[in-house]
Amino acid sequence: MSNRPILSVNGVTKRFGGLVAVSDMSFDVGNHEMVGVIGPNGSGKTTMMNLISGALKPTSGRISMKGRRLSDLPAQKIAREGVGRTFQLVRLLPTLSVLENVMAGAVFGHRRRWGRDAEDFAHEMLERVGLEAMSQAPVSSLTYINQKRVELARVLAGEPKVLLLDEWLAGLNPTELETGIDLIHALRDEGRTVVLVEHVMDAIRSLCDRCVVMSSGAKIAEGTPDDVLSDREVIRAYLGDDDA
Amino acid sequence: MLDIIVSGLLLSGTYALVAMGLNLQYGVARIMNLANGEVLVLGALAAFWLYTTAQISPLLTVILVIPVAFIGNWLIYRFLLTPLVRRSKSQGQLEVDSILATFGISFVLIGIMVSIEGGFFAYKYLSEPISILGSTTSLNRFIAFLIACAIGIGLYLWLNKTRSGVAVRAVAVSTEASGLVGINVPRVSAFAFALGGAITAVGGALISTFITLDASIGVVFTLKALIIVIMGGVGDIRGAIVAACILGLVETAVATLIDPGLTLAAAYLIFILILLFRPQGLFGRAST
Amino acid sequence: MKPSGWGELAIAAFLVLLAVFVPFVTNGYWLSIAVTTMMYVALATSWALFSGPTHYISLATGAFFGIGGYLVGSMMSDYQLPFWVPLVVAPLVAAGLAFLIGIATLRLSGVYFVIFTLGLAEMIRNLISWIQNNFLGSRGLYVLTDLRDHHLYWMLLGVAAAVFLLGWVVNRSRLGFALRIIGNDETVARHVGINTAWAKVILFTTTGFFAALVGAIIAPRWSYIEPNQVFSPQLSFLVVIMALLGGAGRLWGPLVGVIPFTIIWEWVNVQFPNQSTLFLGLAFLLIVYVLPNGMVGRIEQLHARMGRGRS
Repeated sequence: MSNRPILSVNGVTKRFGGLVAVSDMSFDVGNHEMVGVIGPNGSGKTTMMNLISGALKPTSGRISMKGRRLSDLPAQKIAREGVGRTFQLVRLLPTLSVLENVMAGAVFGHRRRWGRDAEDFAHEMLERVGLEAMSQAPVSSLTYINQKRVELARVLAGEPKVLLLDEWLAGLNPTELETGIDLIHALRDEGRTVVLVEHVMDAIRSLCDRCVVMSSGAKIAEGTPDDVLSDREVIRAYLGDDDA
Repeated sequence: MLDIIVSGLLLSGTYALVAMGLNLQYGVARIMNLANGEVLVLGALAAFWLYTTAQISPLLTVILVIPVAFIGNWLIYRFLLTPLVRRSKSQGQLEVDSILATFGISFVLIGIMVSIEGGFFAYKYLSEPISILGSTTSLNRFIAFLIACAIGIGLYLWLNKTRSGVAVRAVAVSTEASGLVGINVPRVSAFAFALGGAITAVGGALISTFITLDASIGVVFTLKALIIVIMGGVGDIRGAIVAACILGLVETAVATLIDPGLTLAAAYLIFILILLFRPQGLFGRAST
Repeated sequence: MKPSGWGELAIAAFLVLLAVFVPFVTNGYWLSIAVTTMMYVALATSWALFSGPTHYISLATGAFFGIGGYLVGSMMSDYQLPFWVPLVVAPLVAAGLAFLIGIATLRLSGVYFVIFTLGLAEMIRNLISWIQNNFLGSRGLYVLTDLRDHHLYWMLLGVAAAVFLLGWVVNRSRLGFALRIIGNDETVARHVGINTAWAKVILFTTTGFFAALVGAIIAPRWSYIEPNQVFSPQLSFLVVIMALLGGAGRLWGPLVGVIPFTIIWEWVNVQFPNQSTLFLGLAFLLIVYVLPNGMVGRIEQLHARMGRGRS
C-alpha cells in the first residue's frame, strides 16, 4: 500500500465476561480502499464493526483514524469524526419522512448542515441511491431494498471519511442484489473508503481490493479476494476439515 | 446497634420477597409493573380482613392468597398486558406502555381498595416480644422473616434445579433465543408474571402482621422494590437478596438513629449512588 | 414533536390575544377554573416538550411545582422578601435540580428515569417536612399578597405563551430535530452524531424551570403554604394524563387535553370525591389502550386515512 492507512485497528480484543468475541485483531484500511471483512457466522465481524463505530468499547487494543484515537470516544463523537455505518437490521426512523431520515445524517455530522442546505443535500443523496421519487413517502411503505437505500443515503449524507457497511447486501433477492452491488460499485468508483462485512462472495470478489478473514474472533487470513478464498485455513473455517 | 442489625435483617427478608416478585415480572415478563405495591397491599388487606372478621391466621391467609393472586395477575397479564407486548415495536416502547398501563391499573386497584377500607388497617398478631441474639424484637417479624427465607430458598431451587425454572431463567436472558430453542415465551412470561404477583401478595400478607398500612401506601413499596431490583441487577435473585439486606439495614438505621420520616430519602440516596456508579446493579451484567 | 409553521404561530398569537380578555367577561367560579386551566396548560405543554419526543415519562412535575410554591412561602414568610424574589429564584433552583437529575438518570434507559421521578415529590416532601420540624420550628408559611385571580391568570397566560414560543422555536431547531430522532431510535441518534444525553438534559431542565415558575405564581392562591400540599404526586399524574390525552406529538396537543379534562376533573371531585383515584386509573388505561397518540394523534390518523381513501 502506498498510502498511509485511514483507519487502523491495532490488537483489538473484546471480551463479554468469559466470551472472547474479538481476539487481537489488527488490520489497516487505506485511503480509497474497499476492504472486505468476511468469515463464518459468529466469527465476530459485526462486533468488530460495533467496536469501530463506537457502539461497543474494546476491552483492549486501539482503533484510530488518521492518527486520531477513536476507541475511547463515545459513538456520537466517532460519528462526527467521519465514521458512518449501516446496521445489519436496517434502522430507519419510523415517524420521520424519507427525506427527514436522510437529513438526519447531514445535520449532525462534521459538516453540520441545516435548513435549505440540509434539505438540498439530502435530495442529492436520495438521487445518488436512486430514491429521489420517494422523498415524501412514509418509511413504513418502503420495500426492503429501498429501506436499505434510505439508510445508505443517510450515512452518505454525513459525508463520512470511512463507510462501514454491515452485511448491507443481506436479505436481498437476486434482482435487488444486482442493484445493491451496482450501488456499492458506484461508491467504489467515487473513491470512497469502505469496510464491507459480507457473506455474498461474488460481491466480495468483484468489489474488494483486499479481504480480512475472521474466525472465532481472530484474523486467519488477509490478502486479495482470490488469495484469501483459496486459502486452506479459510476454507476450513467455513466448511470444516473435510473439504479443506 | 445490634437492634438495628437484627431489625434490619428481619425487614430485609420481607423486602427481598417483594423484590423477587418484581424481579420475575420485570426480569422475565419484561413488564415494569408499577401496580406491584398495590398487589402487596391487597395481600395485606386480605390478611387483615380475614383475621379481623373470621379470625383466620395470617399464616393461613398467606397460603390462601397464593392461588388468588396468581390467577389475578395472570388475568391482568393475559388481557391487559399481552396486547401491549404484541403491539410494541421495541423494548423501549413496551416499557413506556407497560409503565402507563400498570400505573392505571395501580390507581384502579387503589380506588377499589379505598372503597373497601378507606383508613389505616393494622392488627395484632403474634406480636409478643422475643429475643434474638440478645436483641428484642417481635415474634411476627421473625416468623415473617422465616417464611420469606423459605419461599426464597424454594424459588432459588426451582429456578436452578427444575426444567421449568430453567425455562424461566432462559426467557430472562433472551426472549429471542428462548423462542428459538422451543420455549413457549408468551406462556412462560405469563406464568412468571403471575408467580411474581403471587409472591408479592404473600409478602404483603406477611408485612401486614407488623406494619400499619393503608390503601395509598403501595407506591412506596413499589419504589423500594424497584430500587432493590435495580440495585441487585435485574433478573438476579442473589442480587435482590443482597440489595434487600442493604436497604433493610440502611432504612432501619436511619429510622432509629435519625428519623423514621426519612426512610424514603435514604432509599433515594442509595438509588442515586447506584445510578451514578453502577447502573447495571451489583450483580448485573454491564451493558455493552 | 412535529414542527409547526408560521401559520400556527399566528393562530397561537391570536388565541393568546383572545385569552387576555377572559377575566373581563368572567369572574368568580369560572375565572377560578380559567386560572386552573391556564396553570395546567403551562405545565402540560412544558412537560410535553421533553416527554413527548423522547418518550421519557417524567413524573417530576409535582416536585418542581412544589419547589416553586414552597420557596414563595418560605421566602415571603420567613425572610419577608417580596414576591418577585422567589419568582426568580425558584425556577432557577428547580432548573438546577432538574439538571442534576438529568445528568444522573438520562444516560440510562427511560425506566430508571420514570422510577426516579415517581417518588421524587414524595421524597422531597418528607425531607422538607423533616427539616421544618427539626430545625426551623413548625410554623406556618403565610403568603399574603394583593394578587387576585385575574393577576394570576395573566401571569400564567404569560408563562403558557412563553412555553409555546419556546416549543415553537425548539421544534424548528436542530435540538428539536435531534429529540425527534432520539425518540425514534436512540442508537441511530448517536450514530449520526447527536449527543443524546446533552439534548435530553437541556430539555428536561426547561421543564423543571417552568413547573417551578408556575408553582410559584399560583402560590398566592392559598394564603397558607404547607409542604404536604404543594409537593403533590397527584399533580404529576394529572399533568401526564392531560398531556397524553391531548397528544404529545404536537405543540398544541396538551392544550386540547387540558381544557376538557380540567372541567371533568372538577366535576369528578365534586360528585365522586372518593372515586377520584379510580377515575385517574381509568384515564391512564384509556390513554394506553384507546388513544396512544392522544386525541390530536387520533384525529390526524383518521385525517390521513380519509386522505388516502380519497386519492
